[in-house]
Amino acid sequence: MRRLVPLVPFLWLGLFFVIPFAVLLKISFSEPAIAMPPYLPLWEWADGVLTIAINLGNYIFLTEDPLYLVSYLSSVRIAAISTLVTLLIGYPMAYAIARAPEGRRNILLMLVILPFWTSFLLRVYAWIGILKANGVLNNALMSLGLIDQPLVILQTDIAVYLGIVYTYLPFMILPLYATLSRLDGDLLEASADLGARPLTTFATVTLPLSMPGVLAGSMLVFIPAVGEYVIPALLGGPDTLMIGTVLWNEFFLNRDWPVASAVAIVMVLVLALPIALLRRIQSRAEKA
Amino acid sequence: MSRTTLTALLLTLPLTAQAQETLNFYNWSDYIAEDTIPGFQDETGTSVNYDVFDSNEVVEAKLLAGSTGYDLVVPSLEFMARQAQAGVFQEIDKSKLDNYGNLDPEIMRIIEANDPGNAFGIPWMMYSVGPGYDVAAVTERLGEDANLDSWSLVFDPANAEKLADCGIALLDSPSEITAAALNYLGLDPTSEDAGDLDQAMALLSEIRPHIRYFHSSQYINDLANGDICLAVGYSGDILQAKDRAAESGNGIEIRYVIPEEGALLGFDMLAIPADAPHPDAAYAFIDYFLRPEVTAAVSDAVFYANANKAATPLVSEEVRNDPGIYPPEATLTKMYSAKPHSARYDRSLTRAWTTLKTGR
Repeated sequence: MRRLVPLVPFLWLGLFFVIPFAVLLKISFSEPAIAMPPYLPLWEWADGVLTIAINLGNYIFLTEDPLYLVSYLSSVRIAAISTLVTLLIGYPMAYAIARAPEGRRNILLMLVILPFWTSFLLRVYAWIGILKANGVLNNALMSLGLIDQPLVILQTDIAVYLGIVYTYLPFMILPLYATLSRLDGDLLEASADLGARPLTTFATVTLPLSMPGVLAGSMLVFIPAVGEYVIPALLGGPDTLMIGTVLWNEFFLNRDWPVASAVAIVMVLVLALPIALLRRIQSRAEKA
Repeated sequence: MSRTTLTALLLTLPLTAQAQETLNFYNWSDYIAEDTIPGFQDETGTSVNYDVFDSNEVVEAKLLAGSTGYDLVVPSLEFMARQAQAGVFQEIDKSKLDNYGNLDPEIMRIIEANDPGNAFGIPWMMYSVGPGYDVAAVTERLGEDANLDSWSLVFDPANAEKLADCGIALLDSPSEITAAALNYLGLDPTSEDAGDLDQAMALLSEIRPHIRYFHSSQYINDLANGDICLAVGYSGDILQAKDRAAESGNGIEIRYVIPEEGALLGFDMLAIPADAPHPDAAYAFIDYFLRPEVTAAVSDAVFYANANKAATPLVSEEVRNDPGIYPPEATLTKMYSAKPHSARYDRSLTRAWTTLKTGR
């Protein structure tokens, strides 16, 4: 039994990643059709002859229209900016929690996790109520006399950044807290004893030692943010271009499941490469 | 658990399911009267799982994947036509519907253009796609003399510019908005010609800077609350916004018009998937719905016209005499229907729509 335990992660990976990925790959080599399901089968068995038709056209098509490249880049940009902002907000919070008195830490961590008790969708909807022209924020600012025209925030990129940062903040704080709370206090004291000011200690001791947490948190935010569909759909403007929207159009508006699958496959590859690179940097940092 | 008890359990499952008949019904959001489902449940003892959507495309993707578990779905006619071609639906056995004769033969004949022999669908409600606006906000910005019965309200860039600050929303439906633009330009609204599409997109891109958002259901609340002042949307949805605004007493008056240039006349169709687990429950519900009083109650609740001739006298006067819901004869002649698109045209249309929305 014990020997089987290491197999569990592989089983997980196989069931929830490899098999769906293989199905997508198969569809991406097919051609759309008016049928159920709406694409042609890859192989046909007739009169003892197996015919396999692999259509690379869907991938070639992605290179012909700049839309796909532009939306990949735009998704990566939105995700990168959101990750940076999340890091800038999350780091001080995680640091404060890690430095808080022992008894209070659990309460503070609880508060970070608390929003998860409500549905993600409802929380994004709540932002609509806050940001809209006739909403909480604008009404408050107007009654305070700070503005006399409602600010247009909803249906802009700013609302998308707000939504992503708000939603993913706990994913940044938790791994950061994990590394910061394990930070050896003696090292900080040693640094101070040797004459380093707090800022220098932070830059030369705390920050480098918390890098694994920074990387883990950033990946947990960046990866899902690139493929985000719900937040830009609800909070974003019509000109918010993300790969999730393009996927939706291919799949639903064009009923072109093969091209939609090709877009998804390329997205996985585009994401997998930088992540593998990050992992290598991380493991090297841990060894050093 | 031994194998025999397991087999016994599996055998009893379908039996218990039969004793308590179920209906899985997938309909558009805000598209039914409050007492339609409870009335059906009380009368037949069938338990109903009612689920809603706000776009034809989502329903279509589910149906094409198959095994949805739904017994009754309500796609729009031009979508149903293509889905039927893919083999999604079973033919309607009209002999199982005692109230089939209540349907207006004239309307059934129009529907036949997309559903030959009326084989696959029973009309649920009829809709048009047109502009709805906040009367005070629009008059204030365009002046008393502006022609508010024309598509120029939306498609004239000068008007759109003046209304941009109070908010314009368009349906996020490339086919329906493009058809309206083509019709406004005097072109065939069902045209798949690339040159025509270019002209429609040129018109839409002129007003694009003044559009706040594209969405297919959000405008109902936003119109009612005054968050936007003009929406091109589904007739009944805009009239529901009007009703909500009036109920909340916020002083906002909404008006829906079928413009003088004409508008899209659409049909949402009850259809039974080929793999429906409870087709008998679906038939029972359709027959229940075709009773004049049940259909009339739905029309009264959602402000959409129906195709049930026997129901018309039972529909409240407010709804029956509203030219936005039951268009008068003169308007009807200017209305057009949609046709299913070729895959090639859908791709160019979606691509043009993305360019329109994002500038890419």
